[in-house]
Amino acid sequence: MNTVMLRVEDLAKRFTLHLQGGVQLDVLNGAGFEVQAGECIALSGPSGAGKSTLLRALYGNYRADAGRILVRHDGAMVDLVTATPRQIVAVRRTTLGYVSQFLRVVPRVSALDIVADAAGGRADAHTEAAALLHRLNIPASLHGLPPATFSGGEQQRINLARGFIHGHPILLLDEPTASLDAANRDVVIAMIREAKSRGTAIVGIFHDAAVRDAVADRLYQVAPYQQAA
Amino acid sequence: MSEPTLLSASGLTLRFGAIPALLDVDADLWPGEILAIVGESGSGKTTLLNVLSGKMAPQSGQVMYRDPAGALQDVHAMPAPALRALHRSDWGFVHQNPRENLRMAVSAGGNVGERLMAQGSRHYGHIRAAAIDWLEQVEIDADRVDDLPRTFSGGMLQRLQIARTLVTHPRLVFMDEPTGGLDVSVQARLLDLIRSLVRRLGIAVVLVTHDLAVARLLADRIMVMQRGEVVEAGLTDQVLDDPRHPYTQLLVSSVLQA
Repeated sequence: MNTVMLRVEDLAKRFTLHLQGGVQLDVLNGAGFEVQAGECIALSGPSGAGKSTLLRALYGNYRADAGRILVRHDGAMVDLVTATPRQIVAVRRTTLGYVSQFLRVVPRVSALDIVADAAGGRADAHTEAAALLHRLNIPASLHGLPPATFSGGEQQRINLARGFIHGHPILLLDEPTASLDAANRDVVIAMIREAKSRGTAIVGIFHDAAVRDAVADRLYQVAPYQQAA
Repeated sequence: MSEPTLLSASGLTLRFGAIPALLDVDADLWPGEILAIVGESGSGKTTLLNVLSGKMAPQSGQVMYRDPAGALQDVHAMPAPALRALHRSDWGFVHQNPRENLRMAVSAGGNVGERLMAQGSRHYGHIRAAAIDWLEQVEIDADRVDDLPRTFSGGMLQRLQIARTLVTHPRLVFMDEPTGGLDVSVQARLLDLIRSLVRRLGIAVVLVTHDLAVARLLADRIMVMQRGEVVEAGLTDQVLDDPRHPYTQLLVSSVLQA
């Protein structure tokens, strides 16, 4: 029996740009799909269609204007559209992980600590963090350094380690392989497949068709929203 | 989800003559949480901090604090000695200018130890050991323990103020622009220190800052103030990545990208 981990219903998101004369951009309208445990949905559509906006809305980062985002959290469905900030924090802590395209670097914090901090307070966090960094081909000599000066690809791999270490039952991936070489891309594909086999539900944006074909079970087409005349 | 609040303010209003410093402001803070209050000079954010901490009385509205025994205390109805006792033990206040909090004619160790003594500690050896431990936690060399604060740099003074504030293990700390006026490299060190100490000790913080990057780094939630009103509030990443109010959009778009 399959378990629905995430259900999106009739989701709408409009940006009102007050500094640009109140221009309104209807980016999402009527978006809806569901994701089961162990399933990976790839968001597809042309650049500017709203894929990243949708992914950010699913994380509660962009606040939706209408619709529902139902997330299975602690055995019940929680609607992120109406949840309080503290409920969203709780959902993100244990249920919902997000790997953004870019690492937000904190001064003085080492790569290893950045990853271990995301483990949710597990006793073996540092061991696990080091193992993940090794798997992503970040040499031990870099683990103790703050990643501010690392290359884009290295920062992305640290971000990936940070996103995967907790083992959230739902993972949102925004271009997880964008700045990676072929060898590291294959590592990430393997990590996504392993997460799926553990029952993780995944929603991702994968511009690389080879990666998408290797991990996605279904596509969800994000259509550019046509503004009513 | 129904965890009780540590501090809960409702309907706070305060006018200075015709100028509204606070207009019907509500604020809630839960244990271990960091709430940032952002806005430009004159938006009322420091006034709000002063009213929340009982330093300034509102014309209307209420601030309720849940004490360690779980009882609710009306901060503005408390007898003055009880409020002072709260500020000496359960609460801390970190000023932008550390000289407002430190005693410049007393040694660094004395500044830290004094708050313990005010709480009733009497054993000199314990007080000195705690002072040295806290100096080290804020990255001040233990051999500076007998030096006067006036021999310290601005960044060291700010770290000394933080040691003095945290030595009593407060549950709630009010911070007014703690990194204001410091060099960026000093600021980064201080921010990292505040972030790690507050997380490790599980302290709740109300943080006033005009620097959105500071709020992004430290705060769980954010309140944006303009002319005494809270115009937008939410999770820090929501408010900064998806600002809705015209004033928040102006603040976010005015930040220079380094």
